[in-house]
Amino acid sequence: MISSLQELADQFSKLIPQDAPLPETPAAAGASCAHGGVASQASTNPVQMVDYAIKGWHLDVRARPDQVVAAAALLDENGFATDAVTGVDWIAEGEMEVVYDYFHPANSWRVVVRARVPRSKPEIPTISQVYPGANWHERETHEFFGIVFLGHPNLTPLLLPEDADYHPLRKDFKA
Amino acid sequence: MSALSLLSSGEREHETFILNVGPQHPATHGVLRLKLTMDGEYITRAEPVCGYIHRMHEKMGENRTWAQFLPNTGRIDYLAAMAYGHAYVAAVERAAGIVVPARAEYIRVITSELNRISSHLVWFGAFLLDLGGFTPLLYAFDDREKILDLLEALTGSRLTYCYYRFGGVCNDVDDDFIRGTREFVAGMRPRMKMYRELVTDNIILRKRLIGIGHISAEMCRKYGATGPVIRGSGVAYDVRKNEPYSVYRDFDFDVPVFPEGDCMARYLVRMEEMVQSLRIVEQALDKLPGGPALTAGVPRVLKPAVGDYCFAVEAARGRFLVRIVSDGKEIPYRVRLRTPSFSNLSLFEEASQGMMLPDALALLGSLDLVIPDIDR
Repeated sequence: MISSLQELADQFSKLIPQDAPLPETPAAAGASCAHGGVASQASTNPVQMVDYAIKGWHLDVRARPDQVVAAAALLDENGFATDAVTGVDWIAEGEMEVVYDYFHPANSWRVVVRARVPRSKPEIPTISQVYPGANWHERETHEFFGIVFLGHPNLTPLLLPEDADYHPLRKDFKA
Repeated sequence: MSALSLLSSGEREHETFILNVGPQHPATHGVLRLKLTMDGEYITRAEPVCGYIHRMHEKMGENRTWAQFLPNTGRIDYLAAMAYGHAYVAAVERAAGIVVPARAEYIRVITSELNRISSHLVWFGAFLLDLGGFTPLLYAFDDREKILDLLEALTGSRLTYCYYRFGGVCNDVDDDFIRGTREFVAGMRPRMKMYRELVTDNIILRKRLIGIGHISAEMCRKYGATGPVIRGSGVAYDVRKNEPYSVYRDFDFDVPVFPEGDCMARYLVRMEEMVQSLRIVEQALDKLPGGPALTAGVPRVLKPAVGDYCFAVEAARGRFLVRIVSDGKEIPYRVRLRTPSFSNLSLFEEASQGMMLPDALALLGSLDLVIPDIDR
């Protein structure tokens, strides 16, 4: 068990080495620029402490799709609870972002893990074996964005009709 | 799967059958359907089927301005709409760097806590109705009516409030509201005592709830269940204390926790929470600062800074999280609504396994579901 968020950040840094640079998140970088913060770090370090008062979470982790399960397992070991899984469609960049929110039931800690998948092949492993609560969130993200969670036990529509073949939160969806 | 195919598969010696509860059933409190696989009176598998009133609020957020989305927040959890508006305006305020006057924050706390009490009163009445006791509902709605009248005079709505604005609230409280709220708080305390004597200590209720529907703290964590569900499992998790927002730091209140994890524990958490909310309302009225209730000069068309932002509040049913993504335009790029009922219901399949049907309905009632909150 960790005693501080910095410890968790160090563990994440081991899990996600810095020498493998990740594609820039325009949202994250733009935000830190806007608040005169850590813009220069944003492009290189995938594990960042952010200002809770500005963003609403403490630790921001950019992972590769194949690292999200290990990230979930690390948070699980440290007593975090699953908050939400969701997507963002970055259509201009041809990518989709999967965002995992976590909170800690005994602390104020908030962690966000994010990974990007290509829009042409939106596939990412499921974390539902680590957090069964992610099961429904992943089903929802699948039906809204068309992101496939590999290994998910039951990837059927949850809120949309059972025969829905559209993904309404994709930016190119027309009702 | 029919009972016949199960029989012929040879997996079970005796028959199981599928029982549909809902989507139109009083115990599901709205259009929720439960697909139960029953072995006699016992549940072998319970599959909640959601989406009957799915409205795609998150897509609606992407085709209107930041301010035009405000009325939507009142229509997610229609019993505790204040907290939802709070999370959304606070997320946008965070993104746009809007400062809220102290008076507005106090009014937000007062109205949110009144709304929490009115929401818990509906749960209290409906839950007992599920368990076969009709009368408490009438008493609960009597008390709730006083809150609805107060909030209606202040906000213009009885349930689907759209009262909070970026930078404050749209209508300052007047003397009538303050007097009426004080009267309500004073009158509610003896009512809580009456509920304790008449209902909580009732032997039939206790036999229906004690030791029924056990949910462990670990299960809550794995499913992200929050609110009275996790506090009824011995975890003192309350967003108002863990991630203090607004002016909750200014008030002296307790987070009721009961370690048993059964339906009775969740019942007691909510009953005690109403008392704590009364305490908060009273303190907020005593300390209510002067000044404006709305920041002047907030532009009509907002363009928050590029980036993503979160804001979490403690709604009546648990943690409600708004995650917004702004691309610097007047229309949100993404609005994500993480609702407590969604996560709380997701553990039902595991928690209800092997329960008797009437006990499972007690468990369902103790989760205090609001279906539009799940379906959005």
